Amino acid sequence: MNSLNINNITRFVVLILAQALIFNHINFVGSVNPYPYILFILLFPVNNNRTLFIFLSFMLGLFVDLFSDSGGVHAAACVTIAFARPPILKFAFGMIYEHQNIKFSNTEFGNRVIYFLFLIIIHHLILFSLEIFNISNILLVLKKTLFSSVFTLILCILISVLFSNKQQ
Amino acid sequence: MQQIINFVIRNKTSLLFLLLFFVSIALTIQSHSYHKSKFINSANFFTGGIYESASNISNYFNLKTQNEILAEENNYLRSQILNGLDSTVTSTSKIDSTTYNGHYKIQTAKIINNNYSTSKNYLTINQGENHGLKEDLAVITSKGIVGIIDNTSNRYSRVLSILNTKSKINAQLKSSNHIGSLVWNAKSSAMVQLTDISKFAPVKQGDTIVTGGQSSIFPQGIPIGVVDNFALDISGDTYTIDIKLFNDMTNLSHIYIIENLDAEEIKKLENPINE
Repeated sequence: MNSLNINNITRFVVLILAQALIFNHINFVGSVNPYPYILFILLFPVNNNRTLFIFLSFMLGLFVDLFSDSGGVHAAACVTIAFARPPILKFAFGMIYEHQNIKFSNTEFGNRVIYFLFLIIIHHLILFSLEIFNISNILLVLKKTLFSSVFTLILCILISVLFSNKQQ
Repeated sequence: MQQIINFVIRNKTSLLFLLLFFVSIALTIQSHSYHKSKFINSANFFTGGIYESASNISNYFNLKTQNEILAEENNYLRSQILNGLDSTVTSTSKIDSTTYNGHYKIQTAKIINNNYSTSKNYLTINQGENHGLKEDLAVITSKGIVGIIDNTSNRYSRVLSILNTKSKINAQLKSSNHIGSLVWNAKSSAMVQLTDISKFAPVKQGDTIVTGGQSSIFPQGIPIGVVDNFALDISGDTYTIDIKLFNDMTNLSHIYIIENLDAEEIKKLENPINE
């Protein structure tokens, strides 16, 4: 339990710093940036206190906002995906999730990609629509969502594969 | 009463979600109005400190290009001094020290965080109130304008970049006095737009655009960019001009901050009945 907490706290700090200092400045082909800091939300242990989880997601988003001068857009997007996580878990993993003993390192790769993809798309859609905040620029929102989502998905998968500690 | 408490306890997750979501929306909307985003900005001691220590390291990687830019500027200024000594001072020259003298205070600072990929971009610089900075000061480089300071803390300040859909700066054609306002449509970090230029203005491709004298923030004649493309508005009365910036906004380091010492007086004259 204790090591789990330490693990999550390190993840929180490291992901925020990595987002602020590295991933916000990638600017691939001009302006495409990934947002892999949401890995904290994606990989948060499942059978846990939901109120605490939503609050932590809010703080995560707020810190990223603080660094990137974006008002509260990251916080809003993070809170939403934290709230929408259980239905998507159920959709992506089906029966395993019902038994409440899911461990992300033991799940099938395909399921995990679907789960990541859904949450990433929701997050990015809210993020960019709030950031641009203009109905007439809806095409720009969709375009940014698409490109950033692909980028984030690839990075999230790479990071989660690289840092997964499989005992078997 | 019992039922209300039960309802709150039963739905505490959803209620917490709604509460936090509305807090973030409120912060977002607040950040859309100028000068209001006091809490969530990168000019505080915590984020500013982290950015400064990171930029202390990353600075070494572009020392060479920054040196070249400085040498180029020295070259330009030196040639101005030498040529100004033997010829008569022309009133059209854009850095004319006689008109600037006494009205503007200039100081230098360094950018520690530069953003240009979102639709609302800000820069963070390593000087703040302790160094005499305040809101509404102009920020330029040797090549052209960068933005306006919109938030300060003791040691750091945040600059509202011209690459921000909130930014609106008075600008004019260099060849004539037709003025318009400089905005950004969030499409490219190398292009900004000049709107509200009268259709009688003689616009040509390649014309230089400079800041106008109508604002109390920027001195007149700071270079902005050249006309890349222009078209009449839907109404047919004004031009919207695409401007290619002189500055490479993706590679900024050393900046100059200009304070108009007469700004207070101009503002007082313009708004005799204060709000």
